[in-house]
Amino acid sequence: MTSLERLVYMLNQIAANLATEDDAVTATAEHVRQFWDPRMKQIISESDRQGLSPVASAAVLRLAQSHAST
Amino acid sequence: MTYQPQKDFGTPASGANELVTCTIDGRQVTVPAGTSVMRAAAEQGTSIPKLCATDSLKSFGSCRLCLVEIDGRRGTPASCTTPVEPGMVVRTQTPHLQKLRKGVMELYISDHPLDCLTCAANGDCELQDQAGAVGLRDVRYDVQSTHLGQEKDHSNPYFDFDPSKCIACSRCIRACDEVQGTLALTMEGRGWDSKISAGLASDDFLGSECVSCGACVQACPTATLVEKKVVEIGTPERSFVTTCAYCGVGCTFRAEMRGEQLVRMVPYKDGKANRGHSCVKGRFAWGYAQHQDRILKPMIRKSINDPWREVEWDEAFAYTASELKRIADTYGRHALGGITSSRCTNEETFLVQKLVRAGFGNNNVDTCARVCHSPTGYGLKTTFGTSAGTQDFDSVQECDVILIIGANPTDGHPVFASRMKRRLRGQDGRPPAKLIVIDPRRTDIVRSPHIEAEHHLPLRPGTNVAVLTAMAHVIVSEKLMDEAFIRERCDWDEFSHWAEFVSQPRNSPESLQPVTLVDPEELRAAARLYATGGNAAIYYGLGVTEHSQGSSTVMAIANLAMATGNIGRRGVGVNPLRGQNNVQGACDMGSFPHELSGYRHISDGPTRQLFENDWGVSLDPEPGLRIPNMLDAAVDGVFKALYVQGEDILQSDPNTKHVSAGLAAMECVIVHDLFLNETANYAHIFLPGSTFLEKNGTFTNAERRIQPVRKVMSPINGLEDWQVTQRLAQAMGLDWNYQHPSEIMDEIARLTPTFAGVSFARLDEEGSLQWPVNDAAPDGSPIMHVDGFVRGKGKFVVTDYVPTDEKTGPRFPLLLTTGRILSHYNVGAQTRRTENVAWHPEDLLEIHPVDAEDRGIKSGDWVKLASRAGETTLRATVTDRVAPGVVYTTFHHAVTQANVVTTDYSDWATNCPEYKVTAVQISPSNGPTDWQEEYEALSERARRIATKVPAE
Repeated sequence: MTSLERLVYMLNQIAANLATEDDAVTATAEHVRQFWDPRMKQIISESDRQGLSPVASAAVLRLAQSHAST
Repeated sequence: MTYQPQKDFGTPASGANELVTCTIDGRQVTVPAGTSVMRAAAEQGTSIPKLCATDSLKSFGSCRLCLVEIDGRRGTPASCTTPVEPGMVVRTQTPHLQKLRKGVMELYISDHPLDCLTCAANGDCELQDQAGAVGLRDVRYDVQSTHLGQEKDHSNPYFDFDPSKCIACSRCIRACDEVQGTLALTMEGRGWDSKISAGLASDDFLGSECVSCGACVQACPTATLVEKKVVEIGTPERSFVTTCAYCGVGCTFRAEMRGEQLVRMVPYKDGKANRGHSCVKGRFAWGYAQHQDRILKPMIRKSINDPWREVEWDEAFAYTASELKRIADTYGRHALGGITSSRCTNEETFLVQKLVRAGFGNNNVDTCARVCHSPTGYGLKTTFGTSAGTQDFDSVQECDVILIIGANPTDGHPVFASRMKRRLRGQDGRPPAKLIVIDPRRTDIVRSPHIEAEHHLPLRPGTNVAVLTAMAHVIVSEKLMDEAFIRERCDWDEFSHWAEFVSQPRNSPESLQPVTLVDPEELRAAARLYATGGNAAIYYGLGVTEHSQGSSTVMAIANLAMATGNIGRRGVGVNPLRGQNNVQGACDMGSFPHELSGYRHISDGPTRQLFENDWGVSLDPEPGLRIPNMLDAAVDGVFKALYVQGEDILQSDPNTKHVSAGLAAMECVIVHDLFLNETANYAHIFLPGSTFLEKNGTFTNAERRIQPVRKVMSPINGLEDWQVTQRLAQAMGLDWNYQHPSEIMDEIARLTPTFAGVSFARLDEEGSLQWPVNDAAPDGSPIMHVDGFVRGKGKFVVTDYVPTDEKTGPRFPLLLTTGRILSHYNVGAQTRRTENVAWHPEDLLEIHPVDAEDRGIKSGDWVKLASRAGETTLRATVTDRVAPGVVYTTFHHAVTQANVVTTDYSDWATNCPEYKVTAVQISPSNGPTDWQEEYEALSERARRIATKVPAE
């Protein structure tokens, strides 16, 4: 399993477990912001988001946006 | 200070509030009602002769030595069984009493060997002391038939049993019953034939059900049960109170010494975690500290294919610092990281994370709690607001219902288990607490002497969340919640959202049965009992956390406690049983890559500023890498150097092949440990560590109790562990100048609000303190969330069951779950180097008779255990403790390498590995797998130490 594949797996798992939150996308993005190191965030942000669930994919976009705005 | 045993008051303290005043030997004494005359006398400094009484046991009244005279009463009542009464006038010494006692003692001595000078208990024998106290001068009886000359039982590796010296006081039997709760000992025969027996007459101590906790040895007033070390060395001459370095119970012991030689560890009666009790590990299994395998000199090597070269400390530090600098210059500062140890002290752990953050310049620091209780951190912080258990251990005595999920306390946390079992047997006339056990195995506590679980729910491994959600479904749909508590203490909207979720028909016990395999009626009954049975407490362990939904399970537990109002007072709560001695402390000290000490996120500007000002550096605001992420980054070639203090990630972390690939990809692995552990096979620098006996510091146990660890001997490797980290930091150019660990604690207190009131001086005064210790709680906090949750309102979190991706199928039809056993600790690095191997020389695979028969496997057969990750071999034991479809093993032996089989799956929130669920196949086997053989060859090669050429 490559690092990207592993991160995709992890992110899908996080999104699945936060699916019942009111705003699952924000919760998923926030989780990544709090617990992933910069390189992990960078790898997932620069990926083509292949294999990500819709919530996970939206969370990556959200991260990229908040990163751009800071 | 010369040696003194701890004072023995003869009978236990009375818990009564009402006070009674009486007169003993002309002096007035005031004691709580219910106190025995013997204890009241002891309180005022009068020691009434006694043999069968000791203050850890209920009074028994058999030895007839503690007789007293009481005004207005006929005869000479036993002072141990007579409670004081207001105005009572007692005389403990009169000519009549003296004569009676002398007569009794003469009978005892007539049947006791007169070898005092060569006896192991010489100078530390109650019989000897009492013979002196009653003035016995000669023995007139010429006894023809005695019980002398019997064969000794040397079978237990730590203590001897000499029946000839027994005075039949039954203290050992009562200690086994009342204190330990194993009920292994009994009195066999009558009169001269009376003999203490461990189980059946055919059993010796080792072969019996005795768990070698030492309570009987502690209780014995003669040399009948005596430590082999005392036989070998002699009696101790001084003692220090210190804290055990094994599990998270955190027992305190008196380390009893002769010079710098440890004679024995005796459980400390004033220890608030253990209350004078111990287990086979803490009391006896400390021989590893002097084991010949200990490495005492630093060692370095360029490549892991080279033999080790011993060097002096100065060279080791200079070389290590230059390697770390080279790697930072070549690959960038993010290529470095460190791992703190839950076996080391708070002060040492704090320094390692400080070295990483302030010295390495990143937040790549993690701790072994990653692989055990990191989900507790996430789950309890989210729901309650802080990452810790809510109760002290004493609280268990006030439980009415005890729910144990994913924990095996009699093996993993034996001393707390004994305290819990006391409550489960009922005591002081109170009916016993009721027990619910949720575990795939029928653990010992499900059914043991005088204890039977009301409900045992043997769930399919990996379905904790489904079972707890189904329990919540019952509680909500049958309206068993504590609505007043929820309205006052929790966020009502979040509760409503949660209640709506758990009420859905798909979450009923019946709907979830196909997943959980738990009988819905049993589950419903268990939920009702938990919700309505009075004070209900949940105790959990790694069977909760080490799952892909570990954090969700912790939150589901918190939800149940909040919904039923079982939080914030004695007898209730949510209690994680911590694996290692300082898991709580390592987490508190800021060992996780995303947070500073006291669970404050690294991105929190003001907190970071506090540390930056104190340390004079700027800190990276981004979280660092967790252990599994470090290994991934290493395989990617961007993570190159790792400082590992006191952890053996190669043996303890999942998917050994992945761990070894990560380690092999690094250029500088620094192992700081007692032994050349498995991780050291891949190390370039070895820094020898010191044991808990050789350093000062503190450990924090599962009840948030900060306790002193005291140096009782000089470190034989030359430096305490905190000194090693400091010298490394200095070699890297950091201006650290701690003279004593107390200064490190002062820094922790300065920077961590929950530790604000903690100092070594305060700990010396109080014995221990439970954090938070601050202005709001100057004496610490035995119970948390009393008037409100730390986070404000308690947060209900919806925990939807998401099945693990580790699934059984035709190739791997069984589920493997792993755990530990009483006699061993973690990866076994310490306990395998003690006599504890007598009980557990190898890891065994437990398999159900049906599964065994399908495969033609008998107990004792070698079997191959294969998963998608790897395979290993070990021997099988066929038992119905495990359900059909489930197999179980321990991970204490490096040769088994159970983690070759476990997978990369982990908790969604924390990456805590899913040790407890691995799909496997079992087949008969002839011998070790290729991996085991290759690994053994590698270990042998990697552990070579170059022999020095003698100087010409």
